[in-house]
Amino acid sequence: MEEAPLLSIQQIGKTFSNGTVALRGMTMDIEQGSFVSLLGPSGCGKSTVLKIIAGLGNLTTGRVNWPTSNVDNLGRPDCEISFVFQEPTLMQWATVFENVWLPLRLKGISRSNAKERVEEALDMVGLHDFASSYPRELSGGMKMRVSIARALITRPKLLLMDEPFAALDEITRFKLNNDLLGLWEKFNWTVIFVTHSVFESAYLSSRIVVMAARPGRVVEDIDVGAPYPRDDEFRTSTAYNGYCREASNALHSAMDAGDHL
Amino acid sequence: MSDTPIEEIDIDPVEMRKAQALKREKIGRWLLPLIVVVLSIVAWDRLCVWNDIPHYIIPRPGRVLDSLITDWSLLIGSLGTTLLITFSALAIAIVGGVGLAVLFAQSKWIEMTFFPYAVILQVTPIIVIAPLIFIYVESKFAGLLICAWIVAFFPILSNTTMGLNSADHNLRDMMKLYGASRWQTLRFLRLPSALPFFLGGLKIAGGLSLIGAIVAEFVAGSGGVGSGLAFRILEASYRLNIPRMFAAIILISVTGVLIFMFMTFLSWLFLHKWHESAVKREI
Ligand SMILES: Nc1ncnc2c1ncn2[C@@H]1O[C@H](COP(=O)(O)OP(=O)(O)OP(=O)(O)O)[C@@H](O)[C@H]1O
Ligand SMILES: [Mg+2]
Repeated sequence: MEEAPLLSIQQIGKTFSNGTVALRGMTMDIEQGSFVSLLGPSGCGKSTVLKIIAGLGNLTTGRVNWPTSNVDNLGRPDCEISFVFQEPTLMQWATVFENVWLPLRLKGISRSNAKERVEEALDMVGLHDFASSYPRELSGGMKMRVSIARALITRPKLLLMDEPFAALDEITRFKLNNDLLGLWEKFNWTVIFVTHSVFESAYLSSRIVVMAARPGRVVEDIDVGAPYPRDDEFRTSTAYNGYCREASNALHSAMDAGDHL
Repeated sequence: MSDTPIEEIDIDPVEMRKAQALKREKIGRWLLPLIVVVLSIVAWDRLCVWNDIPHYIIPRPGRVLDSLITDWSLLIGSLGTTLLITFSALAIAIVGGVGLAVLFAQSKWIEMTFFPYAVILQVTPIIVIAPLIFIYVESKFAGLLICAWIVAFFPILSNTTMGLNSADHNLRDMMKLYGASRWQTLRFLRLPSALPFFLGGLKIAGGLSLIGAIVAEFVAGSGGVGSGLAFRILEASYRLNIPRMFAAIILISVTGVLIFMFMTFLSWLFLHKWHESAVKREI
């Protein structure tokens, strides 16, 4: 018998108050421990899906089920979820250290007790020397990395990432891709990863979900069977190229399917 | 590292001009207002002399200075009284304004219910409420305090309310995601977001509480304990002691300016590290 999925999205729809139909009849399961990329044209509702999964927006129709977690009366699961927003979303008045510390601070962990883990998280994104800087003193990509460090610090069971690496240079992105994969394997996370990049999705994911726009819906579900751990060699393999082509074709047909442009 | 000496690089003439302009601006900021004040005083003096204006109508600056010096102990005591009321009222306005704003921020319903009262208090001129207050309130000090408080608390309340509601929505979502309690959201997100707004309100409230105190003193008139600066002005006007009136007015203005400068400094102190309004632009 197959293991129950971590979450199961059933026929969700979202219509904003201004009449925009962001999602309609979207259904998918997210398996425990999988690395799922959401790929789709701009404005197709990827960020909206993530927010709904995180319990941050209310649905117009459908529901999100959590078969393996206990759910509170608001429909939120008791498993640890972290979110990397599309924008850095930092507290301007707090230092980098304090920003990363926040999730632990909310759990009542003091500065000195959190120090080790904060520093570890900052190390991971290469910002060790900037712990006492303020966000306005950082570049766009550095702010994004702070936001990633903040998401990693709780060691979440489910990690939701909304184009986290879009603002970074290629070398840094490759490095963080590898770091992320390493952590994912080590801690047995489930990751839902929104991206615009076909290549990034093919490199990282165990599964690519391609969406079409207005209304947002799933048009293609690609299983990426390549084994982990993956490294830079994988980037040059024929298998990788095959997945890229497949995802790219799906994206093109998704573009045609939506009333996009 | 090579040990060849680093060549002196000529400073870019554009950069140099910019630096000089900056320096000039720094000096000008103090010098220009000072020159204007000095010129105005000289003009005041000359106009009095040339037009033979009698000193009991407009005294010359020298006479005002004399009065300031001879009446100093009298005036400084009154200033103390006025300041006591001003700062007590401001302190209560801060506690009350921020407290109410936090309460409003907890629930839209509370805000909807009570905000109109705050607006009514604000738009009704203090000068027409003050006589009633002095009828109903026995203690003159308490009456003065209430008047100054009514004037000062609204900018703090309205600014802080707006600030508490202006916290970034994604950050609010994040607080929710990490299961922050109401209190934690207030403490870690909403209060810091409101700080620049609060300080803006404080800058206005500081001046207003002084004005409120003075206006209330005028209404309260003579007698009793408090004999603040407004009382001195009234008293001097009955005695046609015009120089002392001028001296008292100058003291009030200077106090107002000092309060404003202090609030500006406070704003800078809290915001210069992170807020757009206070950080130094470097590019
Ligand atoms: N607050 C809102 N009010 C009204 N419409 C909204 C709101 N937020 C998003 N939308 C609409 O919902 C649709 C999906 O938005 P969403 O942000 O999920 O897109 P996305 O796939 O994340 O796009 P991108 O890749 O550009 O980030 C868009 O068409 C947008 O116009
Ligand atoms: Mg988005």
